[in-house]
Amino acid sequence: MSASTASRTTARPSAAGGSAARAARADGPSGTDAAYAVEFAGLGRTFGRAPGRRQGRAASAAPTTASVDVVRPVLRDVSLTVRPGEVLAILGTSGCGKSTLLRIAGGLDSPSAGSVQIDGSPVTDFDTRCAVGFQEPRLLPWRTVAANVALGLPRGTARDTGRARVAELLDLVGLTAFADHRPAAISGGMAQRASLARALARNPGVLLLDEPFGALDALTRLKMQDLLLDVHAAAPTTVLLVTHDVDEALQLADRIILLGQEPATATGAGTTPGTTPGATIVQELTVPGNRPRDRGSAELAELRGRLLAGLGIDRHGDARGVATSASIPHFPY
Amino acid sequence: MTDTLSSKTAPAVRRPLTSRPGVRVAGGLLLPLLILVAWQLSSTLGLVTIAQLPPPASVWIAAVDLFERGQLTLYVAISTQRVLIGFAIGAALGLATGALVGLSRAADIFFAPTLGAIRAVPSLAWVPLLIIWLKIGEESKITLIAIGAFFPVYTTVAQALRHVDKQLVEAGRAFGLRGVPLFGAVQLPAVIPSVISGLRLALAQAWLFLVAAELIAASMGLGFLLSDSGNNGRVDRILLAIILLALLGKLTDAILGVFEKWAIAKWA
Repeated sequence: MSASTASRTTARPSAAGGSAARAARADGPSGTDAAYAVEFAGLGRTFGRAPGRRQGRAASAAPTTASVDVVRPVLRDVSLTVRPGEVLAILGTSGCGKSTLLRIAGGLDSPSAGSVQIDGSPVTDFDTRCAVGFQEPRLLPWRTVAANVALGLPRGTARDTGRARVAELLDLVGLTAFADHRPAAISGGMAQRASLARALARNPGVLLLDEPFGALDALTRLKMQDLLLDVHAAAPTTVLLVTHDVDEALQLADRIILLGQEPATATGAGTTPGTTPGATIVQELTVPGNRPRDRGSAELAELRGRLLAGLGIDRHGDARGVATSASIPHFPY
Repeated sequence: MTDTLSSKTAPAVRRPLTSRPGVRVAGGLLLPLLILVAWQLSSTLGLVTIAQLPPPASVWIAAVDLFERGQLTLYVAISTQRVLIGFAIGAALGLATGALVGLSRAADIFFAPTLGAIRAVPSLAWVPLLIIWLKIGEESKITLIAIGAFFPVYTTVAQALRHVDKQLVEAGRAFGLRGVPLFGAVQLPAVIPSVISGLRLALAQAWLFLVAAELIAASMGLGFLLSDSGNNGRVDRILLAIILLALLGKLTDAILGVFEKWAIAKWA
């Protein structure tokens, strides 16, 4: 995967401190937001088997290996630095812990081991430097679309400023005509756009997106991906994007990490369930080329095959005599 | 033919007959009218003695008679006043306690079992105690009605708050809301429709407890009219009191029903 590292797509400040990034981005549309680095260090998360309430900070003091019967490790040894302004896609099979990783980054959940830092300081509960775009729109049904977007505004925003910002965001996601509609009166795609606008209203230093387009139809999803790229181009915040869609990851991300069980990917065969030590980063690759990328690019098609193989999907390339390769071959594949 | 063609508005907004307000009101009045007719017939045909079931006309005469003495207005007024005050106190306490128990797990553990046990006490069991503690005055009756109004509100509010969509609450938290602002922005609006149905139940319960209170210890009010007439064998007045209770209960419930409809349109 080092073969493609040279072609990173940035004209952005690399791993600089938050203040430097903020200064560099003062010409953004709102001018107040900054892109923060996110740093995971040896992160692990273990769930108790008993369905229950969210474990508090106290859980981090408990040893993760204690009483194997009642705990289920989900994540282990996740160490990763996301640069300010980078778009990182987190890929993985269903239930592998990608959402958990994202929730920990946003302070919606606490790690059992290791730590997360945003802009050099530890993540707090429901960290205000982050904004979350959930898998479901999660709009308040009794509020209009505009009022829902306004919920995302930072606390203490002046009324007029807030109204202008909401109007700007609704325009960006193409919902100006629906500003006064209730969520029940708009389509799922519109609701998801409103949800994205709400997340953007914070001017987040880190934008956390949990399969934000997963529930949308294929065409709407492609449009939303382009919208996200436009938004990011206008205000290049740090984006952590959880997805199970390999094409989406390739289309949007600077870098992709693949979460999974380590032995399973090494041997290509599944280990016995119930003894899993928790998912970790099994592949990491930098996506070549500048965004927006050609959706039909052959180069991306090769990466797609490798990522799918990493997710345990047979690419059926043998039929055409295409060997599963660890590097990206030159053009006539 | 030309008439139907010229009226262009008709085909677009033809609503089914059953959804027109006029039809609904008329249809709802049908059964009371039938009962009234059957009542009149059973009296005129002599199926029951007048001592058992006086005809509607004598109930009307009893009403006019009581009205002219000034007692009818007084009884209705005092009963309504007791219900409204007791309902207001009980509902307010129910809202506060329900909010506490619904939002705080500690309060739930601490209060819920005790309140559940108190709720199981039949209304009449309170009467002797309240009379001894608060004497036969307004306080004892209003307290009893407040007890009656408290529990439906408390139960529905606590339940509804416990079942507010966790995803919405988490979204609210993720966008920086906590404590009172979170309650005002997410939890309170989410439970308003259930709170209002709780209030409707509580109002019905308040009328129930009113009669319990007035039957036993009162010198005026509709419950007193019932017990007094029962002692004197005035079936016409008993029927009058029952009809008045039905009308008043339905009227106050309808007012809350309009409020509920508005709230559901606004908050759900």
